[in-house]
Amino acid sequence: MSSAWPQVGAIARRSVVRTARQPASFIPPLIFPIALMAVNAGGLQSSTDLAGFPTESFLAFALAVPFIQGALFSTMNAGTDLARDIQTGFVNRLALTALRDWALLTGQLAGVVALGMLQVLFYLAVGVTAGVEIASGLGGVLVLLLYGAIVSLAFGALGAFLAFRTGSGETIQALFPVLFVFLFISSMNAPRNLIGVDWFRTAATLNPVSYMIECVRSLIIEGWNVQALLLGFGFVILIGLVSLALAARAMRLRMTRT
Amino acid sequence: MGTVGPVERENGIEVENLVREYRKGPRAVDGIDLAVAPGEIYGFLGPNGAGKSTTVHVLTTLLPPTSGTARVGGYDVVKEGPKVRSLIGVALQEAALDPLLTGRDHLRLQATLQSVRKDQRRARADDLLERVGLADAGDRKVSGYSSGMKRRLDLALALIHQPRILFLDEPTTGLDPQSRTALWEEVARLRREERVTVFLTTQYLEEADVLADRVGIIDQGKIVAEGTPAELKAEIGRPSVHAIPHRDEDRPKIAEFLSQFGEPLATTRDVAVRLRDGLGLTDIVRAVDANGVDVVDLELRAPSLDDVFLAKTGRTLEGATEEAEAEQQQKRAR
Repeated sequence: MSSAWPQVGAIARRSVVRTARQPASFIPPLIFPIALMAVNAGGLQSSTDLAGFPTESFLAFALAVPFIQGALFSTMNAGTDLARDIQTGFVNRLALTALRDWALLTGQLAGVVALGMLQVLFYLAVGVTAGVEIASGLGGVLVLLLYGAIVSLAFGALGAFLAFRTGSGETIQALFPVLFVFLFISSMNAPRNLIGVDWFRTAATLNPVSYMIECVRSLIIEGWNVQALLLGFGFVILIGLVSLALAARAMRLRMTRT
Repeated sequence: MGTVGPVERENGIEVENLVREYRKGPRAVDGIDLAVAPGEIYGFLGPNGAGKSTTVHVLTTLLPPTSGTARVGGYDVVKEGPKVRSLIGVALQEAALDPLLTGRDHLRLQATLQSVRKDQRRARADDLLERVGLADAGDRKVSGYSSGMKRRLDLALALIHQPRILFLDEPTTGLDPQSRTALWEEVARLRREERVTVFLTTQYLEEADVLADRVGIIDQGKIVAEGTPAELKAEIGRPSVHAIPHRDEDRPKIAEFLSQFGEPLATTRDVAVRLRDGLGLTDIVRAVDANGVDVVDLELRAPSLDDVFLAKTGRTLEGATEEAEAEQQQKRAR
């Protein structure tokens, strides 16, 4: 039996080509998080005067947020693309070939990861151009790229799970705001120790997204914070494993081929 | 039903007592038996909702059967799905194409997924684009293709790995006559020159008549007739006479008048009888003139596959399709 890797490559290529030919699917994940960051950095710069705020530049503090926002966009795009493939019967077309199940999921997610890494490079370029210095240096940039890839994979798998489970792009779009709630009740705009409202601080502490943001943030403004890195990588890997397992199961149920 | 010897099984299809039930639904396929010989074009004719597409989904491994057995190219569709898929090319009812990809992109993707050797992919894609008349459109996005072009690309995709057995699920539905004829010619060429076995579903009588070596007529999940088009028509034997009344209110009177010449046929557009042996159109014309029966047109028709369908099911194929569509609309409304 021939190798499945060319199949993974072909599915990934299709995913990237599709994205490249749909400006509406790659421009918003690049522009909106940066625009939101710019607005926040402009309006919340005075927060850096608070005692205990970890940096003097709110832009540097906020640069971590687009990483997660971008990944959420990736979730939606990956999910809606796949749901459309299910609705149009394209998945049936794939199922009728020698394509292996895992190669479909891997290829689909490889495309999401490629876009995720492009997003990370774009966010970093914008940040550095605006004067942010990456405290962890070139090594940190490489880790950020790796982290961006893993975050995209984890959230992309979540999108794939929703697509295989529901088969409906509309349902995935409806769930998108729910995912955003997790972002807003995190430490995206303030360090957790400086959040004054108890319930919000508790919610942010229980929210894995806070640790993902803090992982990225630590590499940008602190350098090498092992605890932040372990928590950030730990949570995203955990989310990724659960999402992948769910996506693989949902895919097997969806692709009922014998 | 034709029989298939063990040597010939390589390219053939054998189905025994196949049943597919949907949850909360009827038996879409209700115990069908059929055998398709290698190199044969088998037409599976029936109205919408008769069970044609479900049968194709089972035979192409997309749906497991509820019971019964099916072997395609000698392989069991349940136990040996990957082997079946490696032998077959499939063009499903909806030409599921990616509007953002070009025709050539599709062929490249399909060739890779079907494990076509890398050094053969480009030549194979060029050859197929040429063969289905899309050589000039191959680098255009599919979003700009007409329905006919999409169908032709779909056929090219089904052929990329040179399958021995081809499943075409209503391949010409919605096509203009020119595209339909071009597709028929290509299917006939595949059988003639490459000895590809073709399992073709259709709701068009003409398509089954022109293209198929043998026809299976399916209605409500059961095969109601099977044979060559000529055999099936010969079963009906006698021609029918169809009269179009001048006034609609004259229909009962004309029906009664014509009934003396043969058994009445259930039709929607005209009044018709299957002629008794020994009678011809001239007998009817004379009687119509002599009795002053007011008809706009009188036509003698040789038995068609629609007559076979009517004889076996009590409905015309067109009427059955309309019934099925109305039923589907009601379900959607509920």
